[in-house]
Amino acid sequence: MLEIKNLHANIEGKEILKGIDLIVKPGEVHAIMGPNGSGKSTLASVLAGRDIFEVTDGSVSFLGKDILDLPPEDRARMGMFLGFQYPVEIPGVSMVNFMKAAINEHRKYNNLDPLSASDFLKLMREKKEIVEITSTLTNRSVNEGFSGGEKKKNEIFQMAMLDPKLAILDETDSGLDIDALRIVASGVNKLRTQHNATIVITHYQRLLDHIVPDFVHVLYKGRIVKSSGKELALELEEKGYEWIKEQY
Amino acid sequence: MSVENDKILTEVTQNEYKYGFTTSIETELIPKGINEDVVRLISAKKEEPEWMLEFRLKAYRHWLTMKMPKWPHLKLPEIDFQDVIYYAAPRKKPKYDSIDEVDPELIDTFNRLGIPLDEQKHLAGVAVDAVMDSVSVKTTFRETLAELGIIFCSFSEAVKEHPDLVKKYMGSVVPYTDNFFATLNSAVFSDGSFCYIPKGVRCPMELSTYFRINAANTGQFERTLIVASDDSYVSYLEGCTAPMRDENQLHAAIVEIIAHDNAEVKYSTVQNWYPGDKNGKGGIYNFVTKRGICKGDNSKISWTQVETGSAITWKYPSCILKGNNTTSEFYSVAVTNNHQQADTGTKMIHIGKNSKSTIISKGISAGLSQNSYRGLVKVLKSADGARNFTQCDSMLLGDKCGAHTFPYLEIDNESAIIEHEATTSKIGEDQIFYCNQRGLDTENAIGLIINGYAKEVLNKLPMEFAVEAQKLLQISLEGSVG
Repeated sequence: MLEIKNLHANIEGKEILKGIDLIVKPGEVHAIMGPNGSGKSTLASVLAGRDIFEVTDGSVSFLGKDILDLPPEDRARMGMFLGFQYPVEIPGVSMVNFMKAAINEHRKYNNLDPLSASDFLKLMREKKEIVEITSTLTNRSVNEGFSGGEKKKNEIFQMAMLDPKLAILDETDSGLDIDALRIVASGVNKLRTQHNATIVITHYQRLLDHIVPDFVHVLYKGRIVKSSGKELALELEEKGYEWIKEQY
Repeated sequence: MSVENDKILTEVTQNEYKYGFTTSIETELIPKGINEDVVRLISAKKEEPEWMLEFRLKAYRHWLTMKMPKWPHLKLPEIDFQDVIYYAAPRKKPKYDSIDEVDPELIDTFNRLGIPLDEQKHLAGVAVDAVMDSVSVKTTFRETLAELGIIFCSFSEAVKEHPDLVKKYMGSVVPYTDNFFATLNSAVFSDGSFCYIPKGVRCPMELSTYFRINAANTGQFERTLIVASDDSYVSYLEGCTAPMRDENQLHAAIVEIIAHDNAEVKYSTVQNWYPGDKNGKGGIYNFVTKRGICKGDNSKISWTQVETGSAITWKYPSCILKGNNTTSEFYSVAVTNNHQQADTGTKMIHIGKNSKSTIISKGISAGLSQNSYRGLVKVLKSADGARNFTQCDSMLLGDKCGAHTFPYLEIDNESAIIEHEATTSKIGEDQIFYCNQRGLDTENAIGLIINGYAKEVLNKLPMEFAVEAQKLLQISLEGSVG
């Protein structure tokens, strides 16, 4: 589904990613861990196509297509979803309008007619249950005045609405209390199928108690320095990142 | 912002102005220039009574003593007022009894503008007075309205058929001495709309005037007069477009509104005059004086404007809150792109006790444009308990445009409560990327963000207008990603 080869990326001339290799297959959950500043969020942004980063080398293929030259909206329409670490507020734009516009852009890309108003509202009702989100939240403007937990729930709600093939969740656990964490994680688990894949970027093991990964990768100084099964996360929890830093 | 966005900014800052066509219709023009003879000629063309000519001449003589205002934050070019044609009319019969008599070219023009003159085809619930160049072409639904005692006709007809009303109210809110452009208008105005709502009548449909400049080198000077008697209500819409021409054209209009006891008038404008091309060539110079008076107790006037057009906009829809417990609102979205300049805002003059005013102004600047809000809140000694709330937001797209705010407060009564809030923001690259990541391209993302930003104002517009205005905002900013 996703194949990253020797990916290098800069921001303002400073190299952040220094040769990433990663393969993600349908049905898999990959966790990417690592200390602050190791390049985790940069990797997420580069995959989603944020243009403040410059890719200097390597390739990324998604669903068999080289995507590095595609604008972010096309990657999104192909089925790539990024759950933001800091979801932005868009004042005055209701969640309903925002999601309707997004869904219809996805449908247009796949040569489908726009969703009728009633089908759309039905879909919203269904998906709201997955993340235990209340109606009042979707009636408000996009993320405006949302608490940290509400913003993260709202990200998972949008993921549920857009039904992506690949979801990249960037520090979705940051700023969540234990109840919100449970809700967000159970949302992600409910959305898992044999056909989609998830990349969970996190700093802590905590989230991985709820979203159990098939693979754990440690990113450090712009490279994946260690890959293993879920037990690696527990080891990191126990020992911290110091031993990684000493080794690499 | 980012390199990619900057590139889009410079490459495609090209407005799509879809109303830029011209109509080839035989037009009657008078010679260029202005003098007493021209004023007399216009009056004669319109077969006006003596008192109307006197009004014009008084205004003209006063105008000769005036100079163009220098205080706006605008780069005002020298305007040669002798190089303007002050009267242009589609030749043929100026007023039609039935749609069959209207020149098909004219009907076609208004159809292309989305303003069918045929009542059968018209949007249900909107009566239209269509004004092309200097004359009113057709007013729809007049009979329906007349049954309720509502007068809705062209200004010229009102002068002939309802002289007492015109004499009583014309110039009562905007006197002929008011300002340079209003005085010029008073001397040479050609047509416009007149509307009178009798006591206790709630006008059942939206009334609207649609202004179209067609002829080249001509100025358009229309005036609108709306009188709402005690306990009446009317909602009024104004739309305007002009062909794309390389030379600038002058538009100097007056709108006067009088609201008596308990009356309510809503006035909405979507101003879409040709803004000039991306290099700043051509476009309308729009100098408009709009003012209402809440004359009676408990009356209410609200102005809602979406300003996207014109090379230069100079207008301050204002309200004199004379009666007690009167209310006035001003909701404005002003968009400038490319080389456009706007200096717009409002004046709220509180005279009556417990008078209340609200000002919500949203400026959006893109390209190389300059966008200024200028607003006055004046509370006189008599206005015990006056309240004003002002919110004045500016949004910048790109880093070559400017947004300016000039608030003036003159408070003469200690019991007044005045609040002022102002913000300046930019569309964030992070907001655009967030939308991109959900599948929206950058143009759509900006449209969405802008419409969200302007929502408070757009929500005040009547339904049919709100949709048009939303599209217009997006088109006006097309390519101005910053």
